[in-house]
Amino acid sequence: MSVNIDGCGAPDQAAPIPASVDLEKETVISGFVKAGVETVGGAYVRLLDATGEFAAEVVASPEGHFRFFAAPGSWTVRALSRLGSGESVVAVDRGLNEISVAVAN
Amino acid sequence: MARDSVLVSADWAEKNLDAPGVVFVEVDEDTSAYDGGHIPGAVKLDWKKDLQDPIRRDFVNQQQFQDLLSARGIGNDDTVILYGGNNNWFAAYAYWYFKLYGHGDVKLIDGGRKKWELDGRPLSADLVDRPETSYVAQPQDKSLRAFRDDVLAAIGSSNLIDVRSPDEYAGRLLAPAHLPQEQAQRAGHVPTALSVPWSKAANEDGTFKSDDELREIYNGAGLDDSKPTIAYCRIGERSSHTWFVLRELLGHGDVKNYDGSWTEWGSLVGVPVALGDEPGVAE
Repeated sequence: MSVNIDGCGAPDQAAPIPASVDLEKETVISGFVKAGVETVGGAYVRLLDATGEFAAEVVASPEGHFRFFAAPGSWTVRALSRLGSGESVVAVDRGLNEISVAVAN
Repeated sequence: MARDSVLVSADWAEKNLDAPGVVFVEVDEDTSAYDGGHIPGAVKLDWKKDLQDPIRRDFVNQQQFQDLLSARGIGNDDTVILYGGNNNWFAAYAYWYFKLYGHGDVKLIDGGRKKWELDGRPLSADLVDRPETSYVAQPQDKSLRAFRDDVLAAIGSSNLIDVRSPDEYAGRLLAPAHLPQEQAQRAGHVPTALSVPWSKAANEDGTFKSDDELREIYNGAGLDDSKPTIAYCRIGERSSHTWFVLRELLGHGDVKNYDGSWTEWGSLVGVPVALGDEPGVAE
């Protein structure tokens, strides 16, 4: 195996999950930012751990999609956008965990 | 150090877009954001393509740096205003390069691209073409850069600050949580390193916290500001953010960034590694 020294910047949030990601092992938290029924593109979405500490941040795709690679447990997903902010608290397990985050002023 | 000598507000930036002798530079790992829309007149630096050596695990050398800045139309006397995504991680990394290679006047936009976007300030997709210059870089200032032997020597004697997330520090995750976790190296942290995630220094909109808040964060974590400090993360850009806070905002004298960071340390043979939430002890 090679050491991945890619940067820590966020990968394309709209791209499919890379084939190298093993959903038997990875805990993926994935979903959309929404204001009402509309999705919100370009929102800043951050993942906070169970103590409220920052773990990661991505910019949602133009379609409002985001994705994190976490670990089983409790997490908070918080979104900040020009249409307001909002958050969802989720308990996740290995595999794909799909959620949505509603933002409002 | 005075905050306004190293940091400008988004408001100042917008009012000085056309100021003579001021060059705006967006720094990102993924420049698709720049290509879609950037601060009007800003040139781009691609963290991977422009700032990393294409072959060796190192960043651009003195000659490569001066060729790059010349090609981008940046002069030695220009005031360089850096900004970028990811809460200015890569802009802070570039700021560190500019200091390493002796640039006189360089500043960050407080809050970076995020603050600019959230404020609804103008973005432009126009091509930016500045006339080429003859930039002259200085030899690397090694007082700002730590290598692995410096880190080994610092265990038990100097401050080591691990700025990754608590789960990366403890060894529960190997990479930030927006990236796939496959890695070859060991998880954990350098024994005695304090855990102060870079994010503690930033507000939610990406701006830096006040000097008083910052002092409280690092003193509260146990940083002894009478001793030298080495900051590290996974590849050295989040720790540039903390290096900027400690040296440029709080004025600590001897602060180095360990750009080898965890991808190097966690792959070395024969070095100590601590697991769990506590710093651990020097062997």
